[in-house]
Amino acid sequence: MSDEQTNLLTRQQIAARAAQDMEDGWLVNLGIGMPTMIPAFIPGDRDVMFHSENGLIGMGPPPAEGEADQDLISAGKELVTMVPGGAYVHHTDSFAIARGGRLDCAVLGAFQVAANGDLCNWRLPNQTSGSVGGAMDIAAGSKRVFAMMTHTARDGAAKIVAERSYPLTAGGVVTRIFTDMAVISVTPDGLVLDEVAPGLTADEVQAVTDAPLIMNNVGIIPVAA
Amino acid sequence: MKNKKAETLEDAVGRIPDGATLLIGGFGQPGVPEILIEGVCDLKRRDLTIVTNNAGTGHSGIARLIGEGCVSKLVCSFPWAKESFVFKELYDAGKIELEIVPQGTLAERMRTAGAGLGGFLTPTGVGTDLADGKQTMNVDGKDYVLEKPLPGDFALIKAYKVDPRGNLIYRKTGRNFNPIMAMAAGHTIVEVQEDVAIDDLDPEVIVTPGVFVDTYYVTGWYEIGKERKAS
Repeated sequence: MSDEQTNLLTRQQIAARAAQDMEDGWLVNLGIGMPTMIPAFIPGDRDVMFHSENGLIGMGPPPAEGEADQDLISAGKELVTMVPGGAYVHHTDSFAIARGGRLDCAVLGAFQVAANGDLCNWRLPNQTSGSVGGAMDIAAGSKRVFAMMTHTARDGAAKIVAERSYPLTAGGVVTRIFTDMAVISVTPDGLVLDEVAPGLTADEVQAVTDAPLIMNNVGIIPVAA
Repeated sequence: MKNKKAETLEDAVGRIPDGATLLIGGFGQPGVPEILIEGVCDLKRRDLTIVTNNAGTGHSGIARLIGEGCVSKLVCSFPWAKESFVFKELYDAGKIELEIVPQGTLAERMRTAGAGLGGFLTPTGVGTDLADGKQTMNVDGKDYVLEKPLPGDFALIKAYKVDPRGNLIYRKTGRNFNPIMAMAAGHTIVEVQEDVAIDDLDPEVIVTPGVFVDTYYVTGWYEIGKERKAS
Protein backbone atom coordinates (compact mmCIF):
# COMPACT_ATOMS: atom_id res chain seq x y z
CA MET A 1 0.00 0.00 0.00
CA SER A 2 1.38 3.42 -0.92
CA ASP A 3 1.69 6.31 1.51
CA GLU A 4 -1.05 8.08 -0.37
CA GLN A 5 -3.57 5.30 0.25
CA THR A 6 -2.84 5.10 3.96
CA ASN A 7 -3.59 8.81 4.28
CA LEU A 8 -7.05 8.56 2.76
CA LEU A 9 -9.97 9.35 5.04
CA THR A 10 -12.39 6.57 5.91
CA ARG A 11 -16.05 6.88 4.94
CA GLN A 12 -16.87 7.78 8.53
CA GLN A 13 -14.23 10.51 8.53
CA ILE A 14 -15.60 12.02 5.33
CA ALA A 15 -19.11 11.95 6.85
CA ALA A 16 -17.80 13.53 10.07
CA ARG A 17 -16.19 16.36 8.08
CA ALA A 18 -19.30 16.99 5.96
CA ALA A 19 -21.41 17.01 9.14
CA GLN A 20 -19.43 20.01 10.39
CA ASP A 21 -20.85 22.06 7.50
CA MET A 22 -24.49 21.34 8.43
CA GLU A 23 -25.70 24.56 9.99
CA ASP A 24 -28.18 25.05 12.80
CA GLY A 25 -31.72 25.27 11.44
CA TRP A 26 -31.03 23.60 8.11
CA LEU A 27 -33.30 21.14 6.28
CA VAL A 28 -31.04 18.64 4.50
CA ASN A 29 -31.59 15.83 1.99
CA LEU A 30 -29.11 12.96 2.01
CA GLY A 31 -28.48 10.79 -1.03
CA ILE A 32 -28.21 7.02 -0.68
CA GLY A 33 -24.90 5.48 0.42
CA MET A 34 -22.17 7.46 2.18
CA PRO A 35 -24.25 10.63 2.85
CA THR A 36 -26.62 8.65 5.09
CA MET A 37 -23.73 8.37 7.61
CA ILE A 38 -23.78 12.14 8.25
CA PRO A 39 -26.55 12.43 10.92
CA ALA A 40 -24.54 10.48 13.50
CA PHE A 41 -21.84 13.18 13.34
CA ILE A 42 -23.96 16.34 13.60
CA PRO A 43 -22.79 18.36 16.62
CA GLY A 44 -25.34 17.98 19.41
CA ASP A 45 -26.06 21.70 19.78
CA ARG A 46 -27.31 22.03 16.19
CA ASP A 47 -30.91 21.52 15.11
CA VAL A 48 -30.64 19.93 11.66
CA MET A 49 -33.73 18.26 10.12
CA PHE A 50 -33.49 15.62 7.42
CA HIS A 51 -35.83 15.41 4.42
CA SER A 52 -36.39 12.08 2.73
CA GLU A 53 -37.99 12.46 -0.68
CA ASN A 54 -40.50 9.66 -0.10
CA GLY A 55 -42.42 12.10 2.06
CA LEU A 56 -40.67 12.39 5.39
CA ILE A 57 -39.58 15.68 6.93
CA GLY A 58 -37.71 14.99 10.14
CA MET A 59 -36.15 11.62 9.44
CA GLY A 60 -34.56 10.05 12.51
CA PRO A 61 -32.13 7.18 13.05
CA PRO A 62 -32.91 3.49 12.48
CA PRO A 63 -35.46 2.12 14.97
CA ALA A 64 -34.46 0.34 18.16
CA GLU A 65 -35.05 -3.39 18.11
CA GLY A 66 -38.75 -4.19 18.23
CA GLU A 67 -39.78 -0.64 17.35
CA ALA A 68 -39.65 -0.81 13.56
CA ASP A 69 -42.77 0.29 11.66
CA GLN A 70 -43.23 -1.31 8.25
CA ASP A 71 -44.72 1.93 6.89
CA LEU A 72 -41.78 4.15 7.88
CA ILE A 73 -38.80 3.97 5.54
CA SER A 74 -36.17 6.28 4.03
CA ALA A 75 -35.65 6.99 0.34
CA GLY A 76 -32.92 4.33 0.52
CA LYS A 77 -35.71 1.96 1.62
CA GLU A 78 -34.22 1.40 5.09
CA LEU A 79 -36.46 1.32 8.16
CA VAL A 80 -36.14 4.66 9.98
CA THR A 81 -37.85 6.74 12.65
CA MET A 82 -39.32 10.22 12.75
CA VAL A 83 -38.05 12.92 15.11
CA PRO A 84 -40.45 15.00 17.26
CA GLY A 85 -41.90 17.82 15.17
CA GLY A 86 -41.65 15.93 11.90
CA ALA A 87 -44.28 15.73 9.17
CA TYR A 88 -45.42 13.33 6.46
CA VAL A 89 -46.16 14.75 3.01
CA HIS A 90 -47.11 13.26 -0.35
CA HIS A 91 -44.77 13.13 -3.31
CA THR A 92 -45.61 16.41 -5.00
CA ASP A 93 -45.23 18.32 -1.73
CA SER A 94 -41.98 16.51 -1.06
CA PHE A 95 -40.61 17.56 -4.45
CA ALA A 96 -42.05 21.05 -4.15
CA ILE A 97 -39.82 21.33 -1.08
CA ALA A 98 -36.87 20.19 -3.20
CA ARG A 99 -37.52 22.21 -6.36
CA GLY A 100 -38.92 25.19 -4.51
CA GLY A 101 -35.65 25.95 -2.76
CA ARG A 102 -36.65 24.81 0.74
CA LEU A 103 -33.76 22.39 1.07
CA ASP A 104 -30.81 24.23 2.57
CA CYS A 105 -28.51 21.50 1.38
CA ALA A 106 -28.44 18.18 -0.45
CA VAL A 107 -25.50 15.83 0.05
CA LEU A 108 -25.22 13.50 -2.92
CA GLY A 109 -22.81 10.90 -4.21
CA ALA A 110 -21.17 11.59 -7.58
CA PHE A 111 -19.40 9.82 -10.43
CA GLN A 112 -17.98 13.11 -11.68
CA VAL A 113 -18.01 16.79 -10.68
CA ALA A 114 -16.82 19.50 -13.07
CA ALA A 115 -15.05 22.74 -12.18
CA ASN A 116 -18.25 24.69 -12.98
CA GLY A 117 -20.28 22.61 -10.53
CA ASP A 118 -21.83 20.21 -13.05
CA LEU A 119 -23.00 17.10 -11.21
CA CYS A 120 -22.95 13.66 -12.84
CA ASN A 121 -24.35 10.89 -10.68
CA TRP A 122 -27.25 9.12 -12.35
CA ARG A 123 -25.84 7.12 -15.25
CA LEU A 124 -22.45 5.88 -16.39
CA PRO A 125 -21.42 6.74 -19.98
CA ASN A 126 -21.34 3.07 -20.99
CA GLN A 127 -24.88 2.45 -19.73
CA THR A 128 -27.84 3.04 -22.00
CA SER A 129 -30.11 3.74 -19.06
CA GLY A 130 -29.97 4.62 -15.38
CA SER A 131 -32.06 4.89 -12.26
CA VAL A 132 -32.56 8.62 -11.88
CA GLY A 133 -34.89 8.52 -8.88
CA GLY A 134 -35.10 11.97 -7.31
CA ALA A 135 -31.52 13.01 -8.06
CA MET A 136 -32.27 15.52 -10.84
CA ASP A 137 -35.07 17.28 -8.95
CA ILE A 138 -33.12 17.52 -5.71
CA ALA A 139 -29.89 18.64 -7.39
CA ALA A 140 -31.70 21.23 -9.51
CA GLY A 141 -33.64 22.73 -6.62
CA SER A 142 -31.54 22.59 -3.46
CA LYS A 143 -29.98 25.84 -2.24
CA ARG A 144 -26.62 24.07 -1.95
CA VAL A 145 -25.41 20.75 -3.32
CA PHE A 146 -22.51 19.00 -1.62
CA ALA A 147 -20.87 16.14 -3.49
CA MET A 148 -19.52 13.40 -1.24
CA MET A 149 -17.36 10.77 -2.87
CA THR A 150 -13.98 9.11 -3.17
CA HIS A 151 -11.52 11.50 -4.80
CA THR A 152 -10.76 9.11 -7.66
CA ALA A 153 -12.57 6.22 -9.33
CA ARG A 154 -11.55 2.63 -8.59
CA ASP A 155 -9.31 2.60 -11.66
CA GLY A 156 -7.58 5.76 -10.41
CA ALA A 157 -9.31 8.12 -12.87
CA ALA A 158 -9.99 11.63 -11.61
CA LYS A 159 -13.62 12.29 -10.63
CA ILE A 160 -13.09 16.04 -10.29
CA VAL A 161 -12.56 17.34 -13.81
CA ALA A 162 -12.31 20.55 -15.85
CA GLU A 163 -15.28 19.57 -18.03
CA ARG A 164 -17.66 16.69 -17.52
CA SER A 165 -17.60 13.67 -19.84
CA TYR A 166 -20.38 11.78 -18.04
CA PRO A 167 -24.15 12.22 -18.50
CA LEU A 168 -25.37 15.31 -16.66
CA THR A 169 -27.64 15.20 -13.61
CA ALA A 170 -27.82 18.98 -13.05
CA GLY A 171 -25.68 21.80 -14.41
CA GLY A 172 -23.57 24.11 -12.25
CA VAL A 173 -25.15 23.08 -8.94
CA VAL A 174 -22.35 21.65 -6.79
CA THR A 175 -21.08 24.15 -4.23
CA ARG A 176 -18.69 22.00 -2.19
CA ILE A 177 -16.95 18.64 -2.58
CA PHE A 178 -15.99 16.31 0.29
CA THR A 179 -13.67 13.43 -0.59
CA ASP A 180 -11.31 11.02 1.12
CA MET A 181 -8.48 13.43 0.26
CA ALA A 182 -9.83 16.98 0.41
CA VAL A 183 -12.54 19.57 0.88
CA ILE A 184 -12.96 21.71 -2.24
CA SER A 185 -15.25 24.70 -2.84
CA VAL A 186 -16.75 25.44 -6.26
CA THR A 187 -16.47 29.20 -6.85
CA PRO A 188 -16.93 31.52 -9.84
CA ASP A 189 -13.11 31.73 -10.00
CA GLY A 190 -12.72 27.95 -10.08
CA LEU A 191 -12.12 25.14 -7.60
CA VAL A 192 -10.61 26.23 -4.30
CA LEU A 193 -8.73 23.65 -2.26
CA ASP A 194 -9.86 24.41 1.29
CA GLU A 195 -8.49 21.45 3.21
CA VAL A 196 -6.48 18.28 2.67
CA ALA A 197 -6.50 15.04 4.69
CA PRO A 198 -3.78 14.78 7.37
CA GLY A 199 -0.55 13.55 5.82
CA LEU A 200 -1.39 14.70 2.30
CA THR A 201 0.00 17.73 0.50
CA ALA A 202 -1.93 20.09 -1.73
CA ASP A 203 0.26 18.99 -4.65
CA GLU A 204 -0.64 15.35 -4.07
CA VAL A 205 -4.34 16.26 -4.26
CA GLN A 206 -3.76 18.35 -7.39
CA ALA A 207 -1.98 15.39 -9.03
CA VAL A 208 -5.18 13.29 -8.93
CA THR A 209 -7.53 16.17 -9.83
CA ASP A 210 -8.12 16.94 -13.54
CA ALA A 211 -8.90 20.63 -12.97
CA PRO A 212 -6.70 23.37 -11.56
CA LEU A 213 -7.07 23.91 -7.82
CA ILE A 214 -6.68 27.38 -6.34
CA MET A 215 -4.52 27.05 -3.24
CA ASN A 216 -4.50 29.79 -0.61
CA ASN A 217 -4.19 28.92 3.08
CA VAL A 218 -4.96 25.23 2.60
CA GLY A 219 -6.03 23.74 5.93
CA ILE A 220 -5.90 20.22 7.32
CA ILE A 221 -9.15 18.25 7.70
CA PRO A 222 -9.66 17.75 11.45
CA VAL A 223 -9.89 14.04 12.18
CA ALA A 224 -10.92 12.62 15.52
CA ALA A 225 -8.24 10.46 17.11
CA MET B 1 -75.07 7.81 -1.35
CA LYS B 2 -73.19 6.07 -4.12
CA ASN B 3 -71.83 2.74 -2.91
CA LYS B 4 -68.08 2.74 -3.53
CA LYS B 5 -67.31 -0.38 -1.52
CA ALA B 6 -66.31 -3.48 -3.48
CA GLU B 7 -67.19 -6.69 -1.63
CA THR B 8 -64.75 -8.85 -3.58
CA LEU B 9 -61.36 -8.31 -5.18
CA GLU B 10 -62.87 -9.22 -8.57
CA ASP B 11 -65.49 -6.47 -8.07
CA ALA B 12 -62.71 -4.01 -7.30
CA VAL B 13 -60.45 -4.63 -10.30
CA GLY B 14 -62.50 -6.65 -12.80
CA ARG B 15 -63.40 -3.64 -14.93
CA ILE B 16 -59.75 -3.06 -15.96
CA PRO B 17 -59.45 -3.98 -19.67
CA ASP B 18 -56.53 -5.00 -21.86
CA GLY B 19 -54.43 -2.01 -22.90
CA ALA B 20 -55.26 0.16 -19.88
CA THR B 21 -52.82 2.61 -18.28
CA LEU B 22 -52.55 1.94 -14.54
CA LEU B 23 -51.03 4.34 -12.00
CA ILE B 24 -49.82 2.14 -9.14
CA GLY B 25 -48.90 3.74 -5.81
CA GLY B 26 -46.07 2.98 -3.44
CA PHE B 27 -42.44 3.80 -2.80
CA GLY B 28 -40.42 0.81 -1.67
CA GLN B 29 -42.93 -1.44 0.06
CA PRO B 30 -45.03 1.14 1.97
CA GLY B 31 -48.15 2.25 0.11
CA VAL B 32 -48.04 -0.46 -2.55
CA PRO B 33 -51.55 -1.87 -3.14
CA GLU B 34 -50.27 -5.44 -3.08
CA ILE B 35 -53.70 -7.10 -2.91
CA LEU B 36 -55.10 -5.10 -5.85
CA ILE B 37 -52.02 -5.91 -7.94
CA GLU B 38 -52.48 -9.62 -7.27
CA GLY B 39 -56.10 -9.19 -8.34
CA VAL B 40 -54.99 -7.60 -11.62
CA CYS B 41 -52.49 -10.44 -12.17
CA ASP B 42 -55.33 -12.95 -11.85
CA LEU B 43 -57.26 -11.14 -14.61
CA LYS B 44 -54.46 -12.06 -17.06
CA ARG B 45 -54.84 -8.81 -19.00
CA ARG B 46 -52.40 -7.89 -21.76
CA ASP B 47 -50.70 -4.74 -23.06
CA LEU B 48 -51.01 -2.75 -19.83
CA THR B 49 -48.97 0.42 -19.32
CA ILE B 50 -47.99 0.85 -15.69
CA VAL B 51 -46.80 4.05 -14.06
CA THR B 52 -45.08 3.53 -10.72
CA ASN B 53 -41.83 4.51 -9.01
CA ASN B 54 -40.00 1.17 -9.09
CA ALA B 55 -39.84 -1.81 -11.44
CA GLY B 56 -41.03 -4.46 -9.02
CA THR B 57 -39.40 -6.45 -6.24
CA GLY B 58 -38.67 -10.18 -6.24
CA HIS B 59 -41.38 -12.24 -7.91
CA SER B 60 -44.62 -10.88 -6.46
CA GLY B 61 -46.73 -7.75 -6.95
CA ILE B 62 -45.59 -5.57 -9.84
CA ALA B 63 -42.79 -8.05 -10.61
CA ARG B 64 -45.41 -10.80 -11.06
CA LEU B 65 -47.53 -8.55 -13.28
CA ILE B 66 -44.49 -7.84 -15.44
CA GLY B 67 -43.21 -11.43 -15.34
CA GLU B 68 -46.52 -12.86 -16.52
CA GLY B 69 -46.38 -10.70 -19.64
CA CYS B 70 -49.26 -8.39 -18.72
CA VAL B 71 -47.25 -5.19 -19.17
CA SER B 72 -46.01 -3.72 -22.46
CA LYS B 73 -44.70 -0.43 -21.08
CA LEU B 74 -43.33 0.78 -17.74
CA VAL B 75 -43.04 4.45 -16.77
CA CYS B 76 -40.91 4.90 -13.63
CA SER B 77 -38.00 6.73 -12.01
CA PHE B 78 -35.93 3.89 -10.59
CA PRO B 79 -35.94 0.80 -12.85
CA TRP B 80 -32.57 -0.76 -12.12
CA ALA B 81 -32.72 -1.82 -8.48
CA LYS B 82 -31.17 -5.25 -7.84
CA GLU B 83 -34.52 -6.64 -6.72
CA SER B 84 -36.12 -5.69 -10.06
CA PHE B 85 -34.54 -8.62 -11.88
CA VAL B 86 -37.82 -9.79 -13.44
CA PHE B 87 -38.21 -6.45 -15.24
CA LYS B 88 -34.55 -6.46 -16.32
CA GLU B 89 -34.87 -9.88 -17.91
CA LEU B 90 -37.88 -8.83 -20.00
CA TYR B 91 -36.33 -5.47 -20.87
CA ASP B 92 -33.10 -7.12 -22.04
CA ALA B 93 -35.19 -9.49 -24.16
CA GLY B 94 -36.91 -6.51 -25.81
CA LYS B 95 -40.32 -7.50 -24.42
CA ILE B 96 -41.13 -4.33 -22.48
CA GLU B 97 -40.78 -0.64 -23.20
CA LEU B 98 -39.33 1.75 -20.58
CA GLU B 99 -39.77 5.48 -20.02
CA ILE B 100 -37.57 6.92 -17.26
CA VAL B 101 -38.93 10.05 -15.58
CA PRO B 102 -37.27 11.98 -12.73
CA GLN B 103 -39.21 11.24 -9.55
CA GLY B 104 -40.45 14.75 -8.86
CA THR B 105 -41.43 15.17 -12.50
CA LEU B 106 -43.27 11.84 -12.41
CA ALA B 107 -45.33 13.01 -9.43
CA GLU B 108 -45.96 16.49 -10.84
CA ARG B 109 -47.01 15.14 -14.28
CA MET B 110 -49.72 13.13 -12.57
CA ARG B 111 -50.78 16.04 -10.36
CA THR B 112 -50.96 18.19 -13.48
CA ALA B 113 -53.25 15.65 -15.15
CA GLY B 114 -55.47 15.60 -12.08
CA ALA B 115 -55.53 19.39 -11.86
CA GLY B 116 -56.71 19.91 -15.43
CA LEU B 117 -53.52 21.62 -16.58
CA GLY B 118 -51.77 21.27 -19.91
CA GLY B 119 -48.27 20.88 -18.57
CA PHE B 120 -45.71 22.59 -16.37
CA LEU B 121 -42.22 24.07 -16.57
CA THR B 122 -39.56 22.48 -14.38
CA PRO B 123 -35.86 23.19 -13.84
CA THR B 124 -35.39 19.43 -13.37
CA GLY B 125 -33.52 17.77 -16.22
CA VAL B 126 -32.44 20.92 -18.07
CA GLY B 127 -29.46 20.02 -20.28
CA THR B 128 -29.72 16.28 -19.54
CA ASP B 129 -30.54 13.22 -21.64
CA LEU B 130 -33.96 13.06 -20.03
CA ALA B 131 -34.91 16.39 -21.62
CA ASP B 132 -33.99 15.19 -25.12
CA GLY B 133 -36.80 15.89 -27.54
CA LYS B 134 -38.67 18.05 -25.06
CA GLN B 135 -39.38 21.74 -25.47
CA THR B 136 -37.37 24.06 -23.23
CA MET B 137 -38.33 27.60 -22.32
CA ASN B 138 -36.53 30.48 -20.71
CA VAL B 139 -38.68 32.37 -18.22
CA ASP B 140 -37.22 35.49 -16.63
CA GLY B 141 -33.68 34.29 -17.29
CA LYS B 142 -34.01 30.71 -16.09
CA ASP B 143 -34.29 27.58 -18.27
CA TYR B 144 -37.10 25.09 -17.84
CA VAL B 145 -38.26 21.87 -19.49
CA LEU B 146 -41.91 21.64 -20.57
CA GLU B 147 -43.41 18.48 -19.10
CA LYS B 148 -46.83 17.18 -20.08
CA PRO B 149 -49.62 15.65 -17.99
CA LEU B 150 -49.54 11.91 -17.26
CA PRO B 151 -53.10 10.67 -16.72
CA GLY B 152 -54.14 7.08 -16.05
CA ASP B 153 -57.22 5.10 -16.97
CA PHE B 154 -57.11 3.61 -13.48
CA ALA B 155 -55.22 4.36 -10.29
CA LEU B 156 -54.49 1.48 -7.92
CA ILE B 157 -53.60 2.94 -4.55
CA LYS B 158 -53.34 2.00 -0.87
CA ALA B 159 -54.71 3.93 2.08
CA TYR B 160 -55.03 3.46 5.84
CA LYS B 161 -58.69 4.39 6.48
CA VAL B 162 -61.71 5.17 4.35
CA ASP B 163 -65.24 6.36 5.12
CA PRO B 164 -68.31 5.61 2.99
CA ARG B 165 -67.76 8.77 0.92
CA GLY B 166 -64.30 7.50 -0.03
CA ASN B 167 -62.44 10.09 2.05
CA LEU B 168 -58.93 8.76 2.77
CA ILE B 169 -56.10 9.05 5.22
CA TYR B 170 -52.75 7.34 4.81
CA ARG B 171 -50.11 5.93 7.12
CA LYS B 172 -46.56 7.38 7.45
CA THR B 173 -44.40 6.99 4.31
CA GLY B 174 -47.14 4.84 2.80
CA ARG B 175 -48.67 8.12 1.59
CA ASN B 176 -46.07 8.84 -1.15
CA PHE B 177 -47.59 8.84 -4.67
CA ASN B 178 -51.01 7.59 -3.59
CA PRO B 179 -52.91 10.90 -3.14
CA ILE B 180 -51.46 12.19 -6.43
CA MET B 181 -52.45 9.11 -8.42
CA ALA B 182 -55.95 9.26 -6.92
CA MET B 183 -56.38 12.65 -8.64
CA ALA B 184 -54.95 11.62 -11.99
CA ALA B 185 -57.01 8.62 -13.09
CA GLY B 186 -60.38 8.16 -14.73
CA HIS B 187 -61.26 5.55 -12.11
CA THR B 188 -59.46 5.28 -8.77
CA ILE B 189 -59.45 1.98 -6.91
CA VAL B 190 -58.24 1.95 -3.31
CA GLU B 191 -57.19 -0.95 -1.17
CA VAL B 192 -57.60 0.14 2.41
CA GLN B 193 -56.74 -1.35 5.76
CA GLU B 194 -59.93 -0.31 7.54
CA ASP B 195 -63.31 1.27 6.75
CA VAL B 196 -64.94 3.58 9.28
CA ALA B 197 -68.31 5.28 9.65
CA ILE B 198 -69.23 8.69 8.27
CA ASP B 199 -67.84 11.40 10.56
CA ASP B 200 -65.19 9.08 12.05
CA LEU B 201 -62.51 10.82 9.97
CA ASP B 202 -61.77 14.40 11.03
CA PRO B 203 -62.42 16.58 7.94
CA GLU B 204 -59.37 18.65 8.95
CA VAL B 205 -56.99 15.72 8.40
CA ILE B 206 -58.48 14.01 5.34
CA VAL B 207 -55.72 13.84 2.71
CA THR B 208 -57.72 12.60 -0.28
CA PRO B 209 -61.36 13.71 -0.47
CA GLY B 210 -63.78 11.08 -1.70
CA VAL B 211 -64.40 12.96 -4.93
CA PHE B 212 -61.16 11.38 -6.17
CA VAL B 213 -62.19 7.84 -5.14
CA ASP B 214 -64.44 5.54 -7.17
CA THR B 215 -64.00 2.12 -5.59
CA TYR B 216 -62.50 0.82 -2.36
CA TYR B 217 -61.75 -2.69 -1.14
CA VAL B 218 -61.03 -3.40 2.53
CA THR B 219 -58.10 -5.74 3.14
CA GLY B 220 -57.34 -5.49 6.87
CA TRP B 221 -53.74 -5.23 8.06
CA TYR B 222 -51.12 -7.43 6.47
CA GLU B 223 -47.35 -7.71 6.55
CA ILE B 224 -46.09 -5.80 3.53
CA GLY B 225 -43.49 -6.96 1.03
CA LYS B 226 -43.95 -10.68 1.63
CA GLU B 227 -43.66 -12.93 -1.38
CA ARG B 228 -47.14 -14.13 -2.28
CA LYS B 229 -47.60 -17.29 -4.24
CA ALA B 230 -49.21 -16.87 -7.63
CA SER B 231 -52.71 -18.26 -7.34
